Amino acid sequence: MASTQVYTDYHPRWLRRQVSTYWWLEKWAYFAFILREMTCLFVAWFVVYLLLLVGAVAGGAESYQRLLDWSASPWVLTLNAATFLFMIYHAVTFFVAAPQALVVHVGRRPVPARLVLAGHYVAWAAASALVAWIVLRA
Amino acid sequence: MRDRITLQVARYRPEQESEITFDEHEVPCPKDWVVLDGLNHIKDRIDGTLSYRWSCRMGICGSCGMTVNGEPKLTCATFLADYAPGPLRVEPLRNFPVIRDLIVDIGDFMRKLVRVKPWIVRQVEKPLSEGEYLQTPEELDEYKHYSMCINCMLCYSACPIYGLDSKFIGPAAIALAQRYNFDNRDHGAAERMDVLSEHEGIWGCTFVGECTKVCPKHVDPAGAIQRYKLTAAMESMKSFFLPRGA
Amino acid sequence: MTPTHDVVMVGGGGAGLRAAIAIAETNPRLTIAVVSKVYPMRSHTVSAEGGAAGVIAPDDSLDEHAYDTISGGDWLCDQDAVEAFVKEAPQELLRLEHWGCPWSRQIDGRIAVRPFGGMKKQRTWFAADKTGFHMLHTLFQTSLKFTSVVRYDEWFVTRLLVGDGRVQGVVAFDLKSGKIEAITARAVILCTGGLGRVFPFTTNASIKSGDGMALAFRAGAPLKDMEFVQYHPTGLPFTGILITEAARAEGGYLINKDGYRYLQDYNLGKPHPEPVLRSMELGPRDRLSQAFMKEMEKGRTIETPYGHVVHLDLRHLGARKIDAKIPFVRELCMKYQNLDPVKDLIPVRPVVHYMMGGVHTDINGATPLPGLYAAGEAACVSINGANRLGSNSLPELLVFGARAGRAAAEYASRGLEIDSRIFAQKTDEHRRIEHDLLNKQGGERLADLRDEMQKTMEASAGIYRNGESLIQGVEKMRRLQERFAHLAIEDHSKTFNTERVAALELGFMLDVAEAMLSAAARREESRGAHQRTDFPMRDDQRFLAHSLAYRTSEGSTRIEYLPVMITRWPPAERVYGEAAAHAGSHHLAGSAVSS
Repeated sequence: MASTQVYTDYHPRWLRRQVSTYWWLEKWAYFAFILREMTCLFVAWFVVYLLLLVGAVAGGAESYQRLLDWSASPWVLTLNAATFLFMIYHAVTFFVAAPQALVVHVGRRPVPARLVLAGHYVAWAAASALVAWIVLRA
Repeated sequence: MRDRITLQVARYRPEQESEITFDEHEVPCPKDWVVLDGLNHIKDRIDGTLSYRWSCRMGICGSCGMTVNGEPKLTCATFLADYAPGPLRVEPLRNFPVIRDLIVDIGDFMRKLVRVKPWIVRQVEKPLSEGEYLQTPEELDEYKHYSMCINCMLCYSACPIYGLDSKFIGPAAIALAQRYNFDNRDHGAAERMDVLSEHEGIWGCTFVGECTKVCPKHVDPAGAIQRYKLTAAMESMKSFFLPRGA
Repeated sequence: MTPTHDVVMVGGGGAGLRAAIAIAETNPRLTIAVVSKVYPMRSHTVSAEGGAAGVIAPDDSLDEHAYDTISGGDWLCDQDAVEAFVKEAPQELLRLEHWGCPWSRQIDGRIAVRPFGGMKKQRTWFAADKTGFHMLHTLFQTSLKFTSVVRYDEWFVTRLLVGDGRVQGVVAFDLKSGKIEAITARAVILCTGGLGRVFPFTTNASIKSGDGMALAFRAGAPLKDMEFVQYHPTGLPFTGILITEAARAEGGYLINKDGYRYLQDYNLGKPHPEPVLRSMELGPRDRLSQAFMKEMEKGRTIETPYGHVVHLDLRHLGARKIDAKIPFVRELCMKYQNLDPVKDLIPVRPVVHYMMGGVHTDINGATPLPGLYAAGEAACVSINGANRLGSNSLPELLVFGARAGRAAAEYASRGLEIDSRIFAQKTDEHRRIEHDLLNKQGGERLADLRDEMQKTMEASAGIYRNGESLIQGVEKMRRLQERFAHLAIEDHSKTFNTERVAALELGFMLDVAEAMLSAAARREESRGAHQRTDFPMRDDQRFLAHSLAYRTSEGSTRIEYLPVMITRWPPAERVYGEAAAHAGSHHLAGSAVSS
């Protein structure tokens, strides 16, 4: 926090302040950013869980039932619920940021940011509808 | 009565002290006074040793950026009445070395600016006798907002990456590079790519997005950086799959 | 090892940067230094809004631009300089376009031009409403290309080094460390801008303190036409922020405390609901400012804590039109002074905007002192004469910045040696600014002395002047200079001591203020921006000449005169309003109009 050298005439002594390790607690915007970055952990867990699911299904009806029972245990349930919320947060923050990164042109005109954003939500809804149809029709 | 406000002003006197201290002063705050007017009042009437930068008083020169209650702001555009009765804390911009009181050194940015080649690069120049390069209003719109940067450094002050790693080239430098990349008169995008694609170039950015939030001129440096990430990624893929060009 | 360069630019704004680029391009072997007390992109060029004039429309001609400039300047312009200026202006603006300046365009991609007060044809190039900003940043960023340009950012020049009858560099100190250096050079170009801060109400930034003019004055070079100060009729009273003419061009009204459009009483045409070119609210700037002063005398202006004002009424335009045509006016008012033109009346008054006078130079930017050049607002060539037309000052930076650069480069390449005796001047200066300045015993505050100087200037050398108040003003200024000699400052540090800078700037301002008052006292006529109530007519017999102010060895000011260069346009009357419509083309007008 402090400058260290002794001042000598005509030699500037600048103060270089250190950024605190807890910089991300100083502002709500920084905290929201860290939460967004943390969602990657939950994404990783979800991938692992999906693999477990696939493995369980491949192992037959019994192993599948065992996985379902295990998933009903409180800590797995809590973890999966939290994962679900963080995944939504991940998707929403990603979508909100997308128009800033994705500037597309149709001919000479840039596509308005609202349309890029809407496109993401539409694609999400369509993909969800498709998955729901596959799952529910069984 | 909310016509006075308490200002807590950071002081750094390198010839006597090695830390920042705070002076407290009460100043008037009529409806049209900004933080800068408060500082001028202190310097003119109370304590002539207070040092800070300012010039145009209308948000176009970029001199008067400071940290006001924790946020990087132009002090000529921040009304005291909005914070009365205070206390309102005025500090030097974060993430820069402090030279004196509210004055920071921006030499790092000045060196980075040169590296991104912020000028028109062309293989062949058109002679003046042939008139202007044509540029339609749509083509101008492509880069117009990036050209609005007043170099006020609020974005560097808001960027946690720059705070943690001062080698990061930073929002304004990249936005200014993009200003030229998107200018249809410029052919220098390839020349700028090396500097921008460095580890501390665009890839240092994790899209916190605070730079765009604090920018007083709506330059959207975060957008400029993410767009360049796409550009750079496409270039890498192209050179990987088509090493000898398309 | 003392720093030395072939050419030193004092000031890094439009003129300084253009000069630097001109030298770097034409003579790459010369070393160039740009010494500026602020980072170049903070220079006051940045705040210019309106535009830059250059003839490009097919129905326009150089002669018309020249005539508009000369008649607008009330025939005090040197016509050879104006002819060169109007010819080179479009080329310079085009060169800037090639360097990337984002000029606003027509639909087909060609440069767009728009109308501007005082110009009979549309020839004002513009980059949205931030022409000066874009020009400055284009020049600054382009200058980064040239490795022969070395920058001394935030170095304050305190004196010119003069030896052997020529200028051989400057003494300057680095604000960051307080280190004082002699920067020697074969040629020095002063590009330090104007001096609005000698007045209390000005659009000018805090840095406009006439530094270069004072430096030249103290070194023995004359200051020309210092009595001609341009007011902009509509500035916010507290911040001085300019409310651009565009607000009036779109249909704003100027009203006094009774809500009356008072300009109709002053020979500026009749009020119509829609704006009419060169009439009423679109009349010339000096006439509008004069009308304000007369209203104030009649007691019809509004009194505020910041002085007298009139109101600019934009409410009848409606939010939609304001946001479409003049959004920046609304933005400026709301962001920097907390009022909304859609709902509120905007308080405005004439504010000092531009200094026509400056360091006397010839058509190539050379002063009578060998090795010393000047360009931009700091210089007086003169192309602006007694009253500058809007959108002429930005191309002036480019045209004369380039000319001064080339002329200085040519002089510097003669390779004259630096006389080592000038270093004694640096030692002197070191003692003056470090020891003497910090050891005064006075009890006054710097700001109080500055306020008094400004009030004196407003009272004695405002829009309307008379002999008595001018002479009193000169006396007052001498007494202020004496008080300044005893002024003590609180800040004795070396590191970024802005109080010391303010004190040195005040010293500069007091010197140029005295020159202004002396020149105004001697000019016994009314012409352009210099209006004398005791001599209300123009007097071409005695005063078709530039005033030259020299500093005498006793420290007072001596005024001499230099005839104006007339080439093709003999002096005529300036006419506006309906008379202008009848007057027709370029030659003598029919009905004469006085103030």
